[in-house]
Amino acid sequence: MLHSPIDRVASATPPAIAARVRGLSDRAIAWLFVAPSIVLLLAINIFPLIWTIRLSFTNFRVNRPNAPIEFVGLRNYINILTDNDIWQSMQATAHFLIWTIVLQVLIGFSLAYLINKKFRGNDLWTTIIVLPMMLSPAVVGNFWTFLYQPQIGLFNYVVGFLTGNDPSSFSMIASTSLAPWAIVIVDTWMWTPFVMLICLAGLRSIPNSIYEAAECDRASKWRQFWTITIPMVLPFLMLAVLFRGIENFKMFDLVVQLTGGGPGSITELTSINLKRAAFEQWRTGYASAYAVILFVTVFGLASIYVKALNKVKQR
Amino acid sequence: MKSLLMSSALAAGMYIAVSAGTASHAQAADLTLCWAAWDPANALVELSKDFEAKSGNKMHYEFVPWPNFADRMLNELNSGGKLCDLLIGDSQWIGGAAENKQYVKLNDFFDKEGIKMDDFIPATVVGYAEWPKNSPNYWAMPAFGDVVGWTYRKDWFSRPELQAEFKKKYGRDLTIPKNWDELVDIAQFFQGREIDGKKVYGAAIYTERGSEGITMGAMNALYSYGFEYQNPKKPYDLEGFVNSSDAVAGLEEYKKLYDCCTPPGHSDAYMTQDVDAYKSGQVALQMNFTFTWPGINADANVGGDKSGYFPNPAGPKGVQFAQLGGQGISVVAASDKQKEALDYIKWFGQPEIQQKWWKLGGYSALRAVVEDPSFASSQPYAKPFLDSMAIVKDFWAEPAYASLLQASQKRFHDYVVANQGSAKDALDGLVKDWKGVFEDDGKY
Repeated sequence: MLHSPIDRVASATPPAIAARVRGLSDRAIAWLFVAPSIVLLLAINIFPLIWTIRLSFTNFRVNRPNAPIEFVGLRNYINILTDNDIWQSMQATAHFLIWTIVLQVLIGFSLAYLINKKFRGNDLWTTIIVLPMMLSPAVVGNFWTFLYQPQIGLFNYVVGFLTGNDPSSFSMIASTSLAPWAIVIVDTWMWTPFVMLICLAGLRSIPNSIYEAAECDRASKWRQFWTITIPMVLPFLMLAVLFRGIENFKMFDLVVQLTGGGPGSITELTSINLKRAAFEQWRTGYASAYAVILFVTVFGLASIYVKALNKVKQR
Repeated sequence: MKSLLMSSALAAGMYIAVSAGTASHAQAADLTLCWAAWDPANALVELSKDFEAKSGNKMHYEFVPWPNFADRMLNELNSGGKLCDLLIGDSQWIGGAAENKQYVKLNDFFDKEGIKMDDFIPATVVGYAEWPKNSPNYWAMPAFGDVVGWTYRKDWFSRPELQAEFKKKYGRDLTIPKNWDELVDIAQFFQGREIDGKKVYGAAIYTERGSEGITMGAMNALYSYGFEYQNPKKPYDLEGFVNSSDAVAGLEEYKKLYDCCTPPGHSDAYMTQDVDAYKSGQVALQMNFTFTWPGINADANVGGDKSGYFPNPAGPKGVQFAQLGGQGISVVAASDKQKEALDYIKWFGQPEIQQKWWKLGGYSALRAVVEDPSFASSQPYAKPFLDSMAIVKDFWAEPAYASLLQASQKRFHDYVVANQGSAKDALDGLVKDWKGVFEDDGKY
């Protein structure tokens, strides 16, 4: 009765290999090969996770090495879940997450659909469109800070030109109502090409014969789009949403560079909030509990989403 | 075979020669000094050449840009790292570094070398060296005196047409403001005005959210309006002091200045952004630490006679305080070269070295330098610097200062920049936050 993958690998290994290495069984050889990876995984993933969970029940502060570490039970978790500021940063994160994903999917899919049409220079356009995602988020943040500058920024100039208003009459990153949108715009500018590339891969994987068959059945273009294109691209699209969702949940550098979490705390996402607790206030135990909550949230949501994705793929 | 033996002998000889060279070099220690990456650090590199020549020790430097300075250096201290032998750390770090034994206590060393803290400006001793405050326990030697002050466009102020217009409007001369109300009036007067064909604004002030900017700015108004960190008779008693009606009025005044008179988009500005706004000719007034003044004075566009300097103005009751900046130099407890590091501090504290330090652009905190009759007239900003150093107040230097600072950053930014709630709400919230921190710290 073979249970583990290692047992199966061992059983599949030809006897000749074990025969060449004296004193070692096939199973031992298999373990020898796999062990370094397991040790590495335990050392850099599992151990820190367990350690973080342990710290989350204490009042430990890394900047107080001499202070006694007390077990505080669920106090850190209760404090976090009853803290209005943290719920505000959760809301800010949700706003950022939802709008970036909606915009990136819509624009990314539209661009992919257009690029997929055969026209002269579409390779060049593809290259130009994907350029933003090749830049460092810190550079992009800095670059857009200048674009948003009320006095010299191109963004304000364009908006001013289109609306007839004084460009310096508004500031995207200083206004509480505009700042959340300022970061949504930048992230969408930067990462829509990523969604576009995934959608493009999906579109190009659809065999032409399906469309030809639909043409024979006299299906309209609209009908072909809804019954062939969308269902067949959907798994790709969902994959893009998963990647962008996880990435944007932990978004940090771009927002820090653009707004620093301000004005006030309007754009203070959970990752920024967590960093402040861990490395500015040095509340290590509290920050560990915060990290565990975020981990469980992302892991839970991603697991549900992956199940849905698998169902879509099986259809 | 012979050539092989010859080659081996040659290689061995070279190895011995190189090893001997290295060994003789190793007698002189390599010291690393950590500080922020800014103009005074460059001046210190220049100054320290003298120490290298006299001691034979080689100096290395780890200068970190201000926005990352605290993160980087506190990580180093907390992890017991050996990168820095000497650290010129922020005044707020003293409490934590002393209680966690991250700095070497310098009392015995000072006694042995005859270094007296009375020889330094009193405020810098309290601010940069002592923990607990006002006790003779020294963890640093005052290294760089600094305080928030103001720079103004002297050339604009002296224009007859502007003088006349200002007098007509406010009934007094356009000159250095005596109090915060006058400062706001001046800023308002310049806001949106066209000067030499260019639109200019009132004042560049601190509004930065991420690190400590808006706190270091707003405190200047709060102190002068009557804010107190705690009941002078009962430590950690905050209610009615942090959120007193005077403190509320001070915070309202700071917001008024932000709302009426800052350049567009000046919502996340600290030292660099303020200097940029001033040097580019955008603003009439600039709030900044005095370390920026030598650079302003030497600037081709706004330097020389074009700029003047003045201390933080008084509040409505005539009370006048300013936010302390600056740092002391400490020996890192984890360093293996404490003896050489102490030698550096001994060298640095000498009056002639401190005199040279001031000439190179470093603000000496040694009384022998600043109380010299020639000091006040040595630079246009020397007298305002001295006047400012006489009115300093510092933020909490408690081990939990970072949590206290993050709370004020949030409360002030929420109110001043993000228009959320009232000044009273902000300060009531701050009392709640700070009480929470002190409760966690077992102060109640």
